Amino acid sequence: MDAILFSAADFHVLKPVILLCLFGCGILITDAFLIRNRADRWKNAIPALAAQVAVAASLVQHLGDVRSGGAFSGLNGSMQVDGFAVFFNWLFVLAASLAIVISARYMGAEGEHRGEFYALLLFAQAGMSVMAAGYDLVVLFIGLETMALSFYVLVGFLRDTRRSNEAALKYLILGAFSSGLLAYGFSILYGISGSTNLGEIAKAVAARSEGDLALFLALITCSVGLLFKIAAAPFHMWAPDVYEGAPTPVTAYVSVASKAASFALMLRIFLTAFESAAEAWMPLLGAIALVTMTIGNFAAVTQTNVKRMLAYSSIAHAGYILLGLVAGNETGLRGVAVYLLAYVFMNYGAFALVAALRREGEAAEDIDDFNGLYHRAPGYTILLAIFMLSLTGIPPLAGFYGKYFIFLAILREGYYLVAVFAAIYVAVSAFYYFRLIRACWLLEEGEQQKPAQLDMNFGTRAALVACALLTLLIGIYPQPFIDLAGESVLAALR
Amino acid sequence: MFFLDSIWLIPMFPLLGAAVMLLFGRRLEPQHDQGPPADDHGGHGGGHGRPAGRTLVNILCPGMVLLSFLFALGAIFQLQSVEGHSYEVVKWTWLAGLDSATGMGLNAFTADWGFLLDALSAVMILVVTGIGFLIHVYSVGYMAHDGGYYRFFGFLNLFLFFMLVLVLANNYVLLFVGWEGVGFCSWGLIGFYFRKQSAQRAATKAFLVNRIGDAAFVLGMLLTFTTLGTLTFTEIGPALEAGGFQIENPWGPLSLLTLFFFIGACGKSAQIPLHVWLPDAMEGPTPVSALIHAATMVTAGVYLVARSSEIYVLAPNTMLIVAVIGALTAIFAATIGLVQYDIKKVLAYSTVSQLGYMFLACGVGAFWVGIFHLYTHAFFKALLFLGSGSVIHAVGGEQDMRKMGALKDKIPLTYKTMLIGAVAIAGVPGLAGFFSKDEILWKTFSAHQYELYALGLITAMMTAFYMFRLIFMTFHGDNRVDPRTHVHESPRSMTVPLAILAAGSILAGYVGTPIVFGPVHDMLPSLEHWLSSAVVVADAGEHHAAILEWGLMLLSVSLALLAIWFAMKTFKTDRYAGEPMHGILGKRCHQLFLRKYSVDEIYDRFVVKIGAQETGSQLGQIDRKVIDGAVNGVGKLTRRTSSLTIFGDKWIVDGLVNTIGYGVKFFSYPIRMFQTGMVQNYVLLFVIGLGVVAGYFLFE
Repeated sequence: MDAILFSAADFHVLKPVILLCLFGCGILITDAFLIRNRADRWKNAIPALAAQVAVAASLVQHLGDVRSGGAFSGLNGSMQVDGFAVFFNWLFVLAASLAIVISARYMGAEGEHRGEFYALLLFAQAGMSVMAAGYDLVVLFIGLETMALSFYVLVGFLRDTRRSNEAALKYLILGAFSSGLLAYGFSILYGISGSTNLGEIAKAVAARSEGDLALFLALITCSVGLLFKIAAAPFHMWAPDVYEGAPTPVTAYVSVASKAASFALMLRIFLTAFESAAEAWMPLLGAIALVTMTIGNFAAVTQTNVKRMLAYSSIAHAGYILLGLVAGNETGLRGVAVYLLAYVFMNYGAFALVAALRREGEAAEDIDDFNGLYHRAPGYTILLAIFMLSLTGIPPLAGFYGKYFIFLAILREGYYLVAVFAAIYVAVSAFYYFRLIRACWLLEEGEQQKPAQLDMNFGTRAALVACALLTLLIGIYPQPFIDLAGESVLAALR
Repeated sequence: MFFLDSIWLIPMFPLLGAAVMLLFGRRLEPQHDQGPPADDHGGHGGGHGRPAGRTLVNILCPGMVLLSFLFALGAIFQLQSVEGHSYEVVKWTWLAGLDSATGMGLNAFTADWGFLLDALSAVMILVVTGIGFLIHVYSVGYMAHDGGYYRFFGFLNLFLFFMLVLVLANNYVLLFVGWEGVGFCSWGLIGFYFRKQSAQRAATKAFLVNRIGDAAFVLGMLLTFTTLGTLTFTEIGPALEAGGFQIENPWGPLSLLTLFFFIGACGKSAQIPLHVWLPDAMEGPTPVSALIHAATMVTAGVYLVARSSEIYVLAPNTMLIVAVIGALTAIFAATIGLVQYDIKKVLAYSTVSQLGYMFLACGVGAFWVGIFHLYTHAFFKALLFLGSGSVIHAVGGEQDMRKMGALKDKIPLTYKTMLIGAVAIAGVPGLAGFFSKDEILWKTFSAHQYELYALGLITAMMTAFYMFRLIFMTFHGDNRVDPRTHVHESPRSMTVPLAILAAGSILAGYVGTPIVFGPVHDMLPSLEHWLSSAVVVADAGEHHAAILEWGLMLLSVSLALLAIWFAMKTFKTDRYAGEPMHGILGKRCHQLFLRKYSVDEIYDRFVVKIGAQETGSQLGQIDRKVIDGAVNGVGKLTRRTSSLTIFGDKWIVDGLVNTIGYGVKFFSYPIRMFQTGMVQNYVLLFVIGLGVVAGYFLFE
């Protein structure tokens, strides 16, 4: 341990994170010195995408190593590369690439197109990458905070927009509060076990007796801190405001990537450190999942702002995903992974269309703004319908599978009542998703003058088509994706 | 076995047509699709020339369906030589990820993109492709003057794709794909005249009511899987045997799952209490009403029950529920049908009522009779709907029967074919409806369900009455048509399908003649025998005297004839002044039927308003009003106590900002912030949540 502080193996483990940070810093420099013209700002997206390619390449390496030699760790066991980490890193790469692609035009329309934006996207991703691969409380916390700090800035990136500022401030205050709680929980865990390594902690927790107060305290604080991050009720209050206020590509990024990263952290901690206390937290999380689904689905029904509606819908989705963890069996965890994967594409697709409606001087985020979209752009309307149907969970689209596995998992554990509620809420959710589709066809008599307009560039178009195709592909031929998800879950269970 | 191995192609042809239409169709329209006129038939009689692109649509879309029909015929022909009349084609495994390490005997679970052709799906694909083709041809004439031509045919083809997937699927999951898909297409086609608010509302309503049923379907599916460990149809029987399942009395998992399936079927097939969407669905173009909302999609529920017959027979209590709901729906819809004025609404309620008959048959254990009625009903109801479309076409878009009359000489072909349809549905001996309906009544009677038999008998009488009320009001009596309208017979593409369907309405019943017909029965092919390989056919059981069956048949026929005579007396000779139904039913009853028992209003009041909107807006406001209000008192307390905590400073600052307020420059921006939900309230809720979580752990 003393011989080499930072070995080649450590470098290999950290490679995606290092690449992201380097590219991020590079963008800051090139933006300051090379890009003089306002209109050329979009070129910052090129190195950001190059970073994704580089990260993807190193992930391919990681995956190869994991497949041939099993999981490997670095930095004295504080980071661990396994199928789980690789799978989540793939999700982040996908989410970040899509965010970069749809940002180029959107931020231009907002008049806030600056290089830092892309750099911050990459820094956030670096944080998430650490969250997925971390195996040590301190490392995990650093990852979480790196991500969160980047997001605070990204959410408030529209300096002249009040809503954006307000959202950022709320996010910051509440985020700090929850991080504080989480740090408190981590410190208790350290107190219990004398180590920050998850494996060690798991052993110490398992050795504790049933009604141990310190353990309860740790469980309370950790679960509340994590539930905040995934926006589960009653810790969801920030989500609608933040989603509504943030620039749309950032909203998509927060709703997909940050949620996936937080779930990764939650799965890691609950399935390793707290695994032996499962009896205690499972019913609690089950109840929270139910409350979350209830609030998310019913509140979404009355929203008129699309981003706010999608925010509540994402709260509801978090409830479903949480049920997978509650069931705790392999099917359920696989469901979580499949759900998150499908969620990337369908949610990004929806947000990309909202972003495309944004033009200078016009917010166009209300459901009414979608009126008559079909008559302008039938093709994109069909894509929107695909995303909405997938979010509802209608087969054979991607969104169906996550729900399918999770329902199956909770039924297997015998939570019939929960399953009934979850199924009923699917019917409720159809209502608000369909309202949006319906609006696209709506054109009142004599209301020809203001049909919805889509402003597309090549990147947005490509992103949309890719999202739609993958939503369909996962739905029709899901086996490879399910296998991939299964592989990652098996790693988490070890 | 070329055709048998290509059964997967049968749904693919319409999919191809749909893809071409929906992706490239816009280019085929001469001017961009500005949408059809708001009025259903505003464009009719406008007589502008046929654009060249339409010829392609006219050949491609019906052509694809014809191809499917031919492949279906070929496959069924080859199926007869297969042992057990059942043939499965699995294209690839769809879901198989559940096999490892979970145990519970679920190891072999798969759901495939697999297609199953057996006696049951054979009947269904013939109905779907055959009648689907005729209705496509009819639509070429009917929709000729409407905008959005390609969109219409695209959706219609897409519908056929999903419907064929539904009936050819070899497992419940794939069936569910079709199930959802037809719902989606139905939504698109009901709302085809999207400029009409009522059409959009009807489309949304149909979709949402269907979703309630779908949720139950999903639960049924999951329960099937956890109980039997498989969702593949051909494995259900062996799984039931291997699991040693007995007839459940009163309740058990099988009863529950069949009940869930039945609720799903209620949604799709418009049974009480989920029947409300179907009459509204008549906002769609008439060919759509004929194909989707009469002949095919709405019968999917009956198909589902028949498909699961092996499970249903083990759940007698669910069967009873099915039978009772079926019989109640039959009579309930028939009473409403008695007083409707809109020609399509009469037919819509008639459809609901006939679907009730089908469920009644399934509920008393005569699954094959349910399918038999489904099959005959497809002919005469499609005929009646298309006929009504032809009438509407002729009188320039009018649907109110009070503004018709004396049309029989002006549109003779439509009159004759519709008359055949009416005679068939009324149950006059010799035509299709007589055989299937009488078989249902007989099976109900011989299952000792005498109350249900009585309901069925009264419904039959009402059916004959309202159907001939329709005929006499439309074609006989005084001419009440707007004199400015030029009444004209429909083009050949519409009348030829009518004639073919009329022939079908006469002949279709001869595959299910009653046993008491003796030599005639023996000579003709038997649907019961054919279906016995796919659905459970109950043993003959105790033998009733043939004389009893003859007697009951005589009873129902004479009641039907009596009803026809009564309708004729009332509506043919009457000068149609005032409201004869008023006098017959009495004021109260008439109002009750006319208002459709106020079910819509009740739903609107209790489910939509209170259930969804109120709850939804309450929860939506939770971060705005509820918390604000509830929290004010607690808030102050928290602010004080919070100063004791390590976080205190921050909240004190925030609290001061709150009370001192707006002047401070640093916090000047967020006037909005105080309106849209204060962050300290969020934190407060956070803390309360924390308290709940802590309480849970401490007091557990």
